[in-house]
Amino acid sequence: MKVTIDNITLEVEPGTTIMQAARMIGPEVAPPAMCYYEPLKGSGGKCRACLVKVTAGSEKDPRPMPKLVPACITAVQDGMIVENTVNEDVLETRKGIVEFLLLNHPLDCPVCDQAGECHLQDFSFEHGVSSTRTVEERNTFEPTDLGPNIQLNMNRCILCYRCVYTADQITDGRVHGVMHRGDHAEISTYIEKAIDNDFSGNVIDVCPVGALTDKTYRFKSRVWFSKPVDAHCECEKCSGKATIWYKGDEVIRVTGRKNMWGEVTDFICNGCRFDKKKTADWVIEGPTNVSRHSVISANKYGANLIKPAFPVLQAARDYKQINDDRDRSFLGIQPALPKSKKK
Amino acid sequence: MKILTEHIDVPNIDTIDVFMKHGGYSAVQKALKKMTPDEVTEEVKKSGLRGRGGAGFPVGMKWSFLAKPEGVPRYLVCNADESEPGTFKDHYLMWKSPHTLIEGMIVSSFALGANTSYIYVRGELMYVINILEKAIQEAYDKGLLGKNILGSGYDLDLFVQPGGGAYICGEETALLESLEGKRGNPRNKPPFPAVKGLWQCPTVVNNVESIAATSWIVNNGGDAYAAIGVGRSTGTKLISASGHIKKPGVYEIPLGITVEDFIYSDEWCGGIREGHKLKAVVAGGSSVPILPAELILTTAAGEKRLMTYESLSDGGFATGTMLGSGGFVVMDETACIVHNTLTFAKFYHHESCGQCSPCREGTGWMDKVLNRIEHGQGRKEDIDLLVDVAKKIEGNTICPLGDAASWPVAAAIRHFRDEFEWHIEHPELATKPGAVFMRKGASWTK
Repeated sequence: MKVTIDNITLEVEPGTTIMQAARMIGPEVAPPAMCYYEPLKGSGGKCRACLVKVTAGSEKDPRPMPKLVPACITAVQDGMIVENTVNEDVLETRKGIVEFLLLNHPLDCPVCDQAGECHLQDFSFEHGVSSTRTVEERNTFEPTDLGPNIQLNMNRCILCYRCVYTADQITDGRVHGVMHRGDHAEISTYIEKAIDNDFSGNVIDVCPVGALTDKTYRFKSRVWFSKPVDAHCECEKCSGKATIWYKGDEVIRVTGRKNMWGEVTDFICNGCRFDKKKTADWVIEGPTNVSRHSVISANKYGANLIKPAFPVLQAARDYKQINDDRDRSFLGIQPALPKSKKK
Repeated sequence: MKILTEHIDVPNIDTIDVFMKHGGYSAVQKALKKMTPDEVTEEVKKSGLRGRGGAGFPVGMKWSFLAKPEGVPRYLVCNADESEPGTFKDHYLMWKSPHTLIEGMIVSSFALGANTSYIYVRGELMYVINILEKAIQEAYDKGLLGKNILGSGYDLDLFVQPGGGAYICGEETALLESLEGKRGNPRNKPPFPAVKGLWQCPTVVNNVESIAATSWIVNNGGDAYAAIGVGRSTGTKLISASGHIKKPGVYEIPLGITVEDFIYSDEWCGGIREGHKLKAVVAGGSSVPILPAELILTTAAGEKRLMTYESLSDGGFATGTMLGSGGFVVMDETACIVHNTLTFAKFYHHESCGQCSPCREGTGWMDKVLNRIEHGQGRKEDIDLLVDVAKKIEGNTICPLGDAASWPVAAAIRHFRDEFEWHIEHPELATKPGAVFMRKGASWTK
């Protein structure tokens, strides 16, 4: 099947979604995903961040689709032409989606453990606008205790349902879910209850924002002060493949290994995640490839580790047009490094 | 011309004996004994009957989309979760004459080859559910439901399901989720219910009124039904008229009468209440765009507007609206459009399922901004903000609730922008009880 995304044509298998096809091309054309999580069946279609324009439905029926379609759940047709970053409508709508997602978000990144590896931060940086139009008070929720390992901050939640699918598909028995509806819908357990089973910790990894974080890691460090290292261990319950995070000589956190889209494919058990906090517990493999969702290597361990992200380049390019007398370095926007400057 | 409500005022029409005395269940006799399922579908196609739930999709066409794989059960689900503010026609029909619906269910299920069918009734209408349960039991006792109906070899079991108590459960895929016992979240489409519906089996979901009309179509033929009405709007439609009119109520109208007739004729609404003038009309339930008096009576081209799908939507949303589900809300000059829009926005804010972000956050935002404007805290930029938010919700959501929430807000600003501006510029006047902006020169101020 032939599909054209942002003027790039490629061959894909039948049944591939637009998102999967776009990801085959690369992060420059892949639509952002806040709720879609490839390893989880049935996820996607909710956040609407990946809406794209289909300008030709298929070879047989080349009419454009009337509405924008979610790339993550729309299967490609032979001869389909998709516009993502080249379509004004799509970009404008995406700005709106960022605005909606941030509308009731507390924006407490300075005290949020997810900051630095937060998909919502990336999404709003890459696709949002810098100003706000809302003066309304934000919705807040009463805190819910989910037990000793998992910290829930419902105010930050964007209701992507990923943790619900994780509990359904990875663990043996889901005790939490979405209660109520509309903008007062919340992740909770029916009558306050701990989420307690061997794989419950994975909800932390799949959460795109700081709604579900690791209680054993809480306020211990900022992500960018820690060094991720790939390691594995003998584990009866799971694959044992993990990323362990060092601060100095101390293992402060263990997470699943994330691919370039921020998705964990080998889920790890709670024993590995919460209890094995010594170097001796692990066989070290080597430094982790830092994903585009992390700020770790920025200004730190060599910016050339990270491919300069497309939107950052754009922001640097557009920088002069903004009438802003602040210093460039103050904003933290670096001009693109010329290729010859590589170490 | 009355089809659904012909015998509705007969005493005890809700009992099967009285109903049969007035020709009830003759369509079942005719369809099951003399016709094949395909012939029934063909008659419905010929009739041009369009879905009465709001979207107006041709029923016959919807039926023909139903996938028919071997060995997989098919279902007919009647959508009786009527929750649209301003609409109360299905409620009236089921309450007064439950057998009309049951007869339609049997005929439609037969046409679709469904052996199990459901009526998903709004949970708040418990007494209607009881009436339906009683009526279904009567039908079972007469052999009109159950195994081998009237010796035709066709089996049908009919169940009533009380709804989950949410507006969103009236959306067909959310209804199916709810019917399966889950949280009423709309599903992503495709696949459509005609392919994967209830329990992943092919399913048709139809409105009460659409299903009830099929028995008349079987009795009298599709051509007779198509002879009523204008163009592609055939047959009769139940309209729930409410608001500042002399005779609010449910009326069965032949499609094609003029809107002016409907509002002012004594046969229908009987005109605006004494001493007042028509200001605006919401023609099809709260989700359709509101229209000012000038535009609801005549189209932008100057023709008289008719009560048909096409005529009401003439001119698109710029100067038109939709027939929708037939919730006809009439407002006179004492109605404040800002207040009214706020009420609608509040409703959609409360009823959004919270699954997709534009609707979840956008409906709440519009509610809060309108609330500020109504209470004298509006800012000048709020009006354009509302238009922009409505635009960003519309079309970008999983189900039509997002559209339903954004249309009334966008339309109210489109046609009554000066009223919003007045609220923002004169907060001390606008927040007085009963304060309404009087637009100079408008027909309703004269």
